[in-house]
Amino acid sequence: MRPVALMAVNVFRESVRDKVLYNLVFFAVILIAATYLIGQLTAGQDIKIIKDLGLAATSVFGLFIAVFIGIGLVSKEVERRSIYALLAKPIERHQIVLGKYLGLVGTLAVNLSIMAAALYLMLAYMRWIAGEGTVKALEAGALDPAMLKAIALIFVELSLVTAIALFFSTFSTPILSATLTFGFFVAGHFSGDLRNFDQIVDSPTAVRLARGLYWVLPNLAPFDVKAQVVHGQHVSAGYMVLTTAYGAAYTAALLVAAMVIFSRRDFK
Amino acid sequence: MTGPVRLTAAVLTIGLLMTAAIELQRVRDRLYPVATIEDSALYLTSSATARRVALEYDSVLADLYWIRAIQYFGGTRRMVEAGETITDPNRRQYDALFPLLDLTTSLDPRFNLAYRFGAIFLSEPPPRGPGRPDLAIRLLEKGLAERPDRWEYLQDIGFVHYWWRQDYKTAAEWFRRASEVPGAPWWLKSLAATTLAEGGDRPMSRAMWEAIRESAEIEWLRHDAERHLAQLRALDEIDALQPVVDRVAAQAAQRRLEWPDVVRAAGWPGVPADPSGTPYDIDERGRVQVSRSSPLWPISLEPKRLNAVPPPS
Repeated sequence: MRPVALMAVNVFRESVRDKVLYNLVFFAVILIAATYLIGQLTAGQDIKIIKDLGLAATSVFGLFIAVFIGIGLVSKEVERRSIYALLAKPIERHQIVLGKYLGLVGTLAVNLSIMAAALYLMLAYMRWIAGEGTVKALEAGALDPAMLKAIALIFVELSLVTAIALFFSTFSTPILSATLTFGFFVAGHFSGDLRNFDQIVDSPTAVRLARGLYWVLPNLAPFDVKAQVVHGQHVSAGYMVLTTAYGAAYTAALLVAAMVIFSRRDFK
Repeated sequence: MTGPVRLTAAVLTIGLLMTAAIELQRVRDRLYPVATIEDSALYLTSSATARRVALEYDSVLADLYWIRAIQYFGGTRRMVEAGETITDPNRRQYDALFPLLDLTTSLDPRFNLAYRFGAIFLSEPPPRGPGRPDLAIRLLEKGLAERPDRWEYLQDIGFVHYWWRQDYKTAAEWFRRASEVPGAPWWLKSLAATTLAEGGDRPMSRAMWEAIRESAEIEWLRHDAERHLAQLRALDEIDALQPVVDRVAAQAAQRRLEWPDVVRAAGWPGVPADPSGTPYDIDERGRVQVSRSSPLWPISLEPKRLNAVPPPS
């Protein structure tokens, strides 16, 4: 496991060197600017809007990191020809893939943790300046710990998206990998429609094909519980466990596929 | 050139160029003023499409449409009240307001305030709003379908029927339904009974606005209820002032009555002012009314009293 850990730490260091964590500054600026502007633009609901915006920004920033760093994890090594130096070291190919994946997931975890802390900090400030009536009108408390459930599922979703990006990056060009990963991200939010295809199409073959795609494509919609937690709706522990387990299983399958492809790839 | 000198020169150049750009922009804006765009485009008209396009960001998109709805309503009202020219005829009727609120609540079906605020905006009569209680009820019913446990929506529907439609029987029925929702306040039951018996009575209207003020979830709603309560106080004061003005008018039948005549004849210390502190007006027919410059203007038509005896023709 040591080579995997070393590889992961290296990826994390590299992303810090690549100034990936700068996105946290943008995140903070967005939150601070929104806090000021929303008070001017809307009547009430400031805390709800900050929660929506904070959670969405966490997801968007994470998505961009997952996709744009994920697609370069392997392909950049190939392009720079540093892959030869790497392969000459006492490390297995599958360990390279796993290490790189864990490094990026670690970067995402650090990012999301800092973003979550910043969001709670901003909400604490909003709660402090808000009137008693505004706080009472909220469906969920300003500092509701249930928001961590939404952030946890965003993390699982982004881990899955990272695995998709890494999978494509093992055999495709960066541009194509990015396009395919974004395509999967979008399709992943529409997969519910594929399940109900029989309601709009009569052809049994088309329905079977759609059903097949529904089970094969990653279903990303269940990872989104942002609206529920903002409105104070209960997200059960069972739901969290099942969704996380689904994400972990799908991610593991993609990683294994990526390892197989990478192990069989000829770099001559 | 040495490093620090080069850096200083570069910083100075950037500063100079930026100053020039800002100054050029200022001159251009002065010479060619930018026309205000009356942007009431919805961009997305179908709620279903909006939800799909939003992917997992539908809550944020709902917030954006909510902010747009507020800006559209507030902006249109400000333009109408300031007498500004509105080139888009649809905007004069606040035509985009309901679609904006509909989109907001479709993207985030649990957006409580969008239903409650939206209903107030939609009911407000022209020129301060579109005067569409039917759409207000439709929006609240949509909220009710999503959250049958919200007695506030039932109360608000009853209120729209009471205040804007003067349909006291239907209003009482909605108040009764609201009172049956678990967690509803005790006074809704008596509100239902009183509405049925005394609809249109001013004390009844006052009680209703006080109830809304008490259950208001945010400052804006509370202020709106307080404004209506102040309007009801103004109506009480006008009722008290009018006989005095009529008496003085009878004595000065030949000319248009002015406040100084009334103040002198009645021995008042000054011109009476409405609850906002703005002096009342006397129109050409000698009727006392709230001044157009008062924040209480215009006073909505008071609901007609239930079983009121029609005035002699």
